[in-house]
Amino acid sequence: MTDSIEIPIGGRAAGCPFAPVPELYEAQKDEELRRVTVPSPMLGAFDAVVVTRYEDVKNVLADDRLRMGGSMPYQAGNLLSYDGPEHTRLRRMLTASFTARRAREQRPQIEEVVTAALDEVEKAGPGADLVQLFCTPIPTLVICELLGVPYADREEFQRRTAIALDFSNSREVQMEKAAEMEAYMAGLVAGHREEPGDNVLGRVVREYGDQLTDSELAGIGNMLLIAGHETIANTLASSIALLLQHPDQLAVVRDEPEAVDGAVEELLRYVVPATILPRQASGDIPVRDQEIKEGERVVASVLAANRDLGASGEDLDRLDVRRPVQRHLTFGFGPHQCLGQQLARMELRVALPALFNRFPELRLAVAPEELDYRTNALVFGVNALPVTW
Amino acid sequence: MKVEVDESRCLAVGNCALIAPEVFDQGDDDGTVVVLDAAPPEHTHETVRAAALRCPASVITLHDDTTPPHGA
Repeated sequence: MTDSIEIPIGGRAAGCPFAPVPELYEAQKDEELRRVTVPSPMLGAFDAVVVTRYEDVKNVLADDRLRMGGSMPYQAGNLLSYDGPEHTRLRRMLTASFTARRAREQRPQIEEVVTAALDEVEKAGPGADLVQLFCTPIPTLVICELLGVPYADREEFQRRTAIALDFSNSREVQMEKAAEMEAYMAGLVAGHREEPGDNVLGRVVREYGDQLTDSELAGIGNMLLIAGHETIANTLASSIALLLQHPDQLAVVRDEPEAVDGAVEELLRYVVPATILPRQASGDIPVRDQEIKEGERVVASVLAANRDLGASGEDLDRLDVRRPVQRHLTFGFGPHQCLGQQLARMELRVALPALFNRFPELRLAVAPEELDYRTNALVFGVNALPVTW
Repeated sequence: MKVEVDESRCLAVGNCALIAPEVFDQGDDDGTVVVLDAAPPEHTHETVRAAALRCPASVITLHDDTTPPHGA
């Protein structure tokens, strides 16, 4: 076993926020699996096997002996709190609402939300912060549709969500808003119990309401909110930040509609909002000629795996929105693979070209090196994105 | 090429329906895989193979006359 080295939670290189730390590349080259110490704000520092090769990450994540193992705080109804048959049962209640076809049907709704956000950016004028006016409202409003949040409540819902999920706020302020959010979610669930709406939460109540408690239903609502909000807001923001620094590639997204789907996959591969996936082995798991031992914690580095050359021979450290679609593990793999990924793709496919077409001369209002990236957060992003046009 | 799926292990992620929509769809009840064309035409073979490789539960098996089967 290699001596334990410390790898920052995000595993991102200082001064080069989109790239993995050198230690992750070294671990990837090493035939021997490495054990590392990961400082985690949620779990305290913990020791873990770090998995960095594409094939290893894929195989390990697909192995049913790999469990969430209390990697996240327990919440009834949240899929990340379950494993095995319990997880499958709960997930199956939700999957019909997140199919590729359903995402296509949601396109007009997403276009409306995106147009409204663009109007706000235009109203604010040059200097506008895209994180606040574009990247955050889009997923929040899409989630409002999924949960059935009434129009009258949406402004307050957006404000509350933004504060509760903004980790730069004090823990006290965050907790206060989180409690308000929970109370609001309980109210939504009660409303759906009485009259199930025509949306995801309403459908779950209508079809499975007798099998779920109110707190499980509220937990499902909270999961949809948190999982669908922070990840997409941050992927949008970091994708825009990246493209503004690669104007030739931005032009492809802006001017070539047929290139957008491929460009979104490349951005997903490169940006990686959920940088690492923390898990635990509930049995011995073979990895090539080695073993992750029962009870060991595991950290799968999606950031490193997405740049693993494998047999492709491509330079995967470079962003290239025109490259043939590359495999990536940004949505994870195996039983916990992102439930909302087709919806996420659709939001990105609509939002990015719409932004660059509304503002063809869009550019950063600050020097690129002044951008404040969230390299140490569990979800990678950029705190503010002031732009001009 | 013949397409075979194991619906019981399907995770309903929808990658197959995204990559090869002419061959795969997802059911209305729980989003699990539905094969639209179990003997898809030649010009779809490449995308069908990509769909099988991207399946997070490896439930798509391809029986191919010309190349060895994928899906493991």
